[in-house]
Formats: sequence, C-alpha cells, structure tokens
Amino acid sequence: MKSLLGALLLTVIVVDVARAIDTEPPLPDPQQQARYEALIHELRCLQCRSQSLADSDVSLAADLRREVRGLIAQGKTDDEVKDFLTARYGDYVLFRPPLNARTWVVWFAPAILLLAGGLIAWRVVRHRSALVPGDADEVESAEDPR
Amino acid sequence: MKARFLVPAALIAVLFGFFWYALGGDYDPQLIESPLINRPAPDFVSPALADPKQAVSLKSFRGQPVLVNFWGTWCVGCREEHPQLLEIQKVTTIPIVGIAWKDDHAAANQWLAEFGDPYRAVATDDDGRIAIDWGVYGAPESFLVSAEGKVIHKHVGPMSLEIWRKEFLVKVNAERGP
Amino acid sequence: MTAELGQIALILALCLALSQTVFGLVGAHRGWANWMAVVRPATIGQAGFVALAFLLLVSAFLGNDFTVQYVAFNSNSELPTVYRVAAVWGAHEGSMLLWALILALWSLAVALLSRSLPNAFASRVLGVLGTISTGILLFILLTSNPFTRAMPAPFDGNDLNPLLQDPALAMHPPILYTGYVGFAVAFAFACAAMIEGKLDQAWARWTRPWTIVAWLFLTVGITLGSWWAYYELGWGGWWMWDPVENASFMPWLVGTALVHSLAVTERRGLFRSWTLLLAIFAFSLSLIGTFLVRSGIIVSVHAFASDPMRGVFILALLAAYILGALMLYAWRAGQLRSSSGFELWSRESFILFNNILLVIAAALIFIGTLYPLILALLKLGTITIGPPVFQLMFLIAIIPLIGLLAVGMHSSWKRARLAPVKTRLIAIAAVAAVLAAILLFTFGGRVRLIVFMGLFLAIATMFSAVSEPIARLRRGLSIPRGAVGMFVAHFGVGLFTLGATAASTYQVEKDVSIALGQSEKLAGYEFKLADLRMVEGPNYVARQADVIISDSQGRVITTLHPQKRIYRVQQQPMTEAGIDVNWQRDLFVALGDDLGDGKWSLRLQYKPLIRYLWLGSLIMALGGILAASDRRYRTAIAGERAAVGAATERA
Repeated sequence: MKSLLGALLLTVIVVDVARAIDTEPPLPDPQQQARYEALIHELRCLQCRSQSLADSDVSLAADLRREVRGLIAQGKTDDEVKDFLTARYGDYVLFRPPLNARTWVVWFAPAILLLAGGLIAWRVVRHRSALVPGDADEVESAEDPR
Repeated sequence: MKARFLVPAALIAVLFGFFWYALGGDYDPQLIESPLINRPAPDFVSPALADPKQAVSLKSFRGQPVLVNFWGTWCVGCREEHPQLLEIQKVTTIPIVGIAWKDDHAAANQWLAEFGDPYRAVATDDDGRIAIDWGVYGAPESFLVSAEGKVIHKHVGPMSLEIWRKEFLVKVNAERGP
Repeated sequence: MTAELGQIALILALCLALSQTVFGLVGAHRGWANWMAVVRPATIGQAGFVALAFLLLVSAFLGNDFTVQYVAFNSNSELPTVYRVAAVWGAHEGSMLLWALILALWSLAVALLSRSLPNAFASRVLGVLGTISTGILLFILLTSNPFTRAMPAPFDGNDLNPLLQDPALAMHPPILYTGYVGFAVAFAFACAAMIEGKLDQAWARWTRPWTIVAWLFLTVGITLGSWWAYYELGWGGWWMWDPVENASFMPWLVGTALVHSLAVTERRGLFRSWTLLLAIFAFSLSLIGTFLVRSGIIVSVHAFASDPMRGVFILALLAAYILGALMLYAWRAGQLRSSSGFELWSRESFILFNNILLVIAAALIFIGTLYPLILALLKLGTITIGPPVFQLMFLIAIIPLIGLLAVGMHSSWKRARLAPVKTRLIAIAAVAAVLAAILLFTFGGRVRLIVFMGLFLAIATMFSAVSEPIARLRRGLSIPRGAVGMFVAHFGVGLFTLGATAASTYQVEKDVSIALGQSEKLAGYEFKLADLRMVEGPNYVARQADVIISDSQGRVITTLHPQKRIYRVQQQPMTEAGIDVNWQRDLFVALGDDLGDGKWSLRLQYKPLIRYLWLGSLIMALGGILAASDRRYRTAIAGERAAVGAATERA
C-alpha cells in the first residue's frame, strides 16, 4: 500500500478529469464543451443500443453528436437538447428515464426495497436476540471463523 | 402450508406469464416507438436527387396522403424492399417520396436507373438532418403522412405489398373517413 | 458418419438421463436399494455419452466437415485450429451442447464424490440433476440439434464471428457455464432436502463446497468477459449493464448470498428456509438468463439468433423446474423453524444484512432489465434504462454492503463481541480515511463524496481482511483454510472496489485526429503516431499503427500496435487496441478511421488502477478455492476414497 502511494506521489500525473471526445475541435466555451461531453455520455446510440453517443462509432451517432454540439453552441440548455431528441426518438434515447407515472417504479424501487429490507432485518434481529438467553446451543470459541 | 410461502411461486408464475406473452409474436423488442405518430410531419426542403437545382418539399404534397421512404444504396434491407415498392406504386395513386439518406448521388441515380424508380420524387439528405428530424434509426423506414400533413403510421424495416395493404392502406381509408 | 454417431450418442445420453431420474427419484422414494444402485452408473454413462457427442462435434470442426450445417455456419477452413474448437460453442446449438456437457460433468462429480452421503439422499440429488439433464437433452434433440446435415454442403464455411476469435472469449463460455450450471447442484441438494423433509447442519456442510466451487467459476467467467470487453471492443469500457451481462450477474449476486447463508445454516442451523429459497433462485436465475439470451425477447449484442419455438420450449422447461421447486418450498418451508438466537452485530446479523443487500441489488438489476420489457408488452410505450441508472441502483445497494463487510469480518458467532475490536476498527478507519484522501488528492479533479467513500471502503476492507487474521495468529490461534479463504476473498472485494472506483472516476479519454509523425498529449503522456502499415493475419487483413508513448520527461515507455482488422470471410471490421500495462495504470490506444488529408482518428485513454478490478475478482475466486478445499471437506472425500478402497479390497 505504502509503496503504491509513494510512486503515485512521485509521478507527476496531471489528470484532466474533464474528458475531451470527438475529432472535432472543442467548443470555444469550455463550459459548453464540458456540458457537451457529459450529455453525449447520457444519450443512447440508437443503432448500437447499449452504447452511448460518446462511445459509438456508427454514422448515426456521429450525426447525433453533431446535432447536440450544434444545439449547445446555439445556447440551448441541457433540457432543451434532451427535448429536441426525445421529440424525435422518444424517451428511449435517454439513458435515464424521466420521472413519470410509468417510470416511478424504477426510480423509487431502491428506496422501497431498502426500506423493506431494513424492516425485515429489524424484525429478524429483534426476534433472534430475544431467543439468545434460552438458547442452549453453545457456540465454540468466538475465534472459530466458520 | 402458510400462504406467504407461495409468494415466490406466484411471482414467478406472473413473470412467466409475461414471457409467454412476449413470445407470442406480437412483440418486437427491437422496435422503438415513434413519438411522431399523430403529430405534424417534419417538413423538409431539399435538392432533388435527379436534379440538384430542383427542390423537393413535403409541403408540396399537402392535400393527399404520402408514403415517405428513407433508403440508401448501402442498405441491404432497401435492396430487398425495392421490388416491393415498385409493386406498391403500381397499385396505388398515393405518391411515394424517397429520401436518399447519406448516400452517394451518382450511385443512387444509377440504382434507380437499374432497378426501377417507384418514387414520385427523391430528396437528398446528405447530412442526415432530415433523418434525425423524422427519428430514423435504421434504414429502410417508411412513414405514412396524411393529407393534412400528420404522420399516421411508421414501419421500420423493408416494406412489402402485404404490409402496405394490412397496415398502411387501412390507415389511409380510416383517415378518408366514412 | 460423425454427425450421425453424435446424434446417436445424444439419444443414448437422453435415455441414461431418464434412467438417472427415474431410478434416482423412485428408488429413493420406495427405498429400493437395487434401483438406487443404478443411479450412479446411469449418471456416469450419461456423462460419457454427452462427452462423446461433444467430442464428435469438436472433431467435425477440426476436420472442417462443412456437411454439418452448424460447422458450416460457424467455421471456416482458414480459421486457426484453436478457434475451430472455440467455434463449437460459438452459436446456439453448440453452446447448448456445452451446457448439457457441463451439467453432465457436474452430475458425474456428484456421483463420484457423494459416497459419504446417505444413499437415498444422494439418489435424490442425482435424480433431480437427471430431470434437468433430460429436459436439456430433449430440447437439444428436438429444437437445437448441432448435428443436422447441410445438403448440399457449402464449399467453405461462414467463419466464426471475429468477435469470438480471441483466447479470453474462447474460454469465457465454458468457465461461465461451469459457474452457473454448477448452481444446479445446490438446487438439486435443496430439492432433495425438500422432498425428504429434512434439512440440517449436515446438509449445509455437504452443499457448501459444491456451491463455492460453482460460485468461483462464475466469478472467473464474468471477470474474463469484462476483461475481454475492455481490450477487444475498442472503447475501453469494462461493464455495460447489457441485459445478457445482467443475466449472468444476478445469479452471481444470489450465489454470493447463498454461500454466506449456507455458512450460517452449517454453523448454527439457522436461515434454513431462506437458504433453500436462495439455492432455488440462484439456479432459477441461471435458467432465466439462458432463456432471455436465446428467446429473442431481449435486445442485446450478446443474444443468440432467436427462435420463438425454442423460446417456448425453454420457458416450459423453466416453468417445470422453477415452479416445481417453489411448490416444494411452499410445502416444506413452514416446517423449518428453529429456535436458536443471535445478537445484533453478531456474525449472523452481518450475514443477514449481507444477504438482504445482495438480494436487493439483484432485484434492482432484475427490475431494470425486465421492466422495459413488461411495459412494452402492456403496450405502455418504450422506456429506457441505461447504464447510468443501473450503476446508480447498484451502488445504492453495494456501498452499505462493503461498509458492513469491513466491520463484519471481525464479528463472532451468536454474540456481539465487537467491543474488543473497536480500537482496531477505529484505527483501520483512520488509516483508510487518510490513504483515501491522499489518493483523492493525487488524482486531482473534483472532490466527490461518493468517490471518497469508494476509496475509503475499499482500503478499509483490505486492511480488515489482513488485520483480523494477523490478530488471531498473534493470539496463537490457528486459522483453518476455510477462514483463510474467507479473508482472501474479502480482500479481493476491497481490491476490486479500489480498481473500479479509480478507473470509473479518474479515467481520461480523448479522440484525436492525428497525422503521421504528429503527437498528442494525454494525462502527462505523449502519444506519437510513428507508422502505419498493412499486415496480414491467418484469416484477416489489418491496418496497423505504431504509436510511441513517452512520459512527461520525454523518455520512451513503449510502442503500441493498435490494429483495425477486416476478417476476410465476414468482411467485419474489428478493432484490436494497443494497451500498455503497469501496476498503476493502463494506457489504451485504439485505431479509428482514415479522416482524409493524411489524418487518422485515434482514441487515447488513461485508466488508473483498472487492473485491480480484475485482479480483485480473481483473488475473490482464489478465496473460494481455499474455502472449498478446507480440511473438513477433504477429509470427507478422503474418507470416501478409503471406504471405496476398502470395499473394493474386500470384494
């Protein structure tokens, strides 16, 4: 562990966490460029369905990247860009579904399941803790790992 | 036996019910539904394939239903559907307007000369903008536009006479009304 | 003749599988010893004939027998020999035969290594395995026969999909199948117990090693797939939350929960009906995954060519096995109440939490994968659930899990005895926090809580996994191999988390347009496009670039050779990335297209610590090997061998 750290400190890594994608020159405004890069990772390539626009190298993806770029350069907000695309391709072009009546199950599932899980855990532990005093099962030494 | 122990079995049974239904043949997982249905068709004005000095515009076809067909010489399915388009064009007065999607003009003209031209007009879409406006993701795709300029049906994949009759004509007649 | 012999072998295998089933289940039910005596030989025979059929198919590939349709579709005379063997499982029919073979081999192992089990129980286990074999062999013979002839035979074959012409990917299906088909053994043990109406600690002790071995193969299989995707697919991703990937990951999550739950059942006789349910679901998810991939109802790059007829058959088999097992469960589960207790913060509690979180993770992935399908079926439109959503859902479940893991390794059975370790835990937390902060600072960029959490938990877990055994050794206690396995596996989890966090957060990628002789900079390195030429491979032609990489001081580190290949038969372009590896980072270069004007597109990536995620996974699997080979399991086997030996001697 320590030597890894030492080596990391010695190496001069200038890490540019903002990613630069595409062979087009970046947009003049760095903020716009950053938004563009973030957006194309959130949009689906409709030919290679599991890839984002950023990762896909089919021509449709290149065309869509060009559109997104153009819209951002024109001053559109992220939401407006997304609306432009969903008006043409439907919600499917977004990786994250908008929150609506159909998708609330997906958005709330983690919270609901965690809550349910927590409840089950609490009930089981409470029940089992109460059984400990009368429990004749003598477990061997605590160090026994199995 | 306690009812709650049947829950896992019940859940699986419901899930399998869905799977069974999915296998039924009605369901196509590849299909992305178009948000354009029953919306105004995106207009386009673009140089014609045959003569770039002429323009092809969708508006000029207003007043009659139109079949808009996105194709390209590079697309295998388009080669498959081409003879069918010729058949469709023989049996109907509805114009078929082609959009040459990101295609080489010379090759496209050659193709039509060699295999026949079912199109009333062909617009060129060299940068893919028209395709994007229509939500096209894989050629060939065909749209039925009503006389008022609304998109009333979309078919993804090669067209055929049968699909024309079963899906498109039905909608055309419905639009025309009683 | 080969194909016809293969077909006959399969039919004989089917008959033997049927015998295995009938003699096993009826024999045990009636207590007929002479019936039960048939089961093991039947199993061995079935395995033999399935293996024979498989080898005949392999020989058809090696011999370029294009009169066999399956060979014609998936091979080619120019295909290198090694890939001709891999092509056997390159498409649906062959991979189903592989599935059947692996199931038969697992059954064989159970037949040979189960003599210390009560006869009736072992017969039932083999009988249940036989029902699965029967179903799969029937499916193959009726809908997916790899031995169909192609008349007239084509002159040459279609070639194996170039994506599959790769050593890692060639090994991926066999190892993966060994994993999730292996869960059939736990499933069979569970069904046998439910049929018998008896499930005790001995049962858990028998089931555990089988489950661990299946689990570790699945771990390696998934790791291979991820590693392959990274270096082969050209964009540097290692997990895409693709439906088929999810189909292998869900059994893994449930399998991991099962391995832990079995520990509790073995040790304290608790969680028995829960363990049963997990054993059923681990294999059920494997089966459901098999169905999804081959039925055509899921869109995926991995999916096999679909055929609804096959989908219907598999679904029917699934319904029979899964609903059958769950009905047994509904019948027996209520009878399995125990009255043992445990305190909060005892080991049982930690494993309870572990199970709940793992099952939640699996459930979330399940929902994400299938909910769009269900909505579409109900004609409610096409919704979209992309990788970012899966990632978020998964992290929500997994982060608490790893946090609990770091603490849980120090816990004791039944009692909450964490007070003595409190000082140690605080020390670990402090060190981990400092190290995580240093890493965060070194990498730079935006400071995000979730990234800090990931690094912190990873390091804390690794320290925990090391400090607990050291503490025990200091106290003069010995550590059985099973425990060593546990610590090693959990260390692997920490290492994986470290790699995954760093690689996901701090990776840098850049697509550049570059001419010969020009350089581009990325993450402190310089990449120079030095040369571009055409090279020839056995069944492809490639454009290869020489890219020289130097560090910030200008010293040359290495030259990479990314290629863009065109495979001659299928005319499919494939990217072979050039990757420079050292223990801190990967440097990744993929060759793109000719942009004209003498310029080429190149994708450059810097991926810190990415190797640790695969290394961590392999270490997890190593932990599994250690755990499964614990003395108490080896003694059982040795005892059996002695018993068999003695019996043979006497005979």
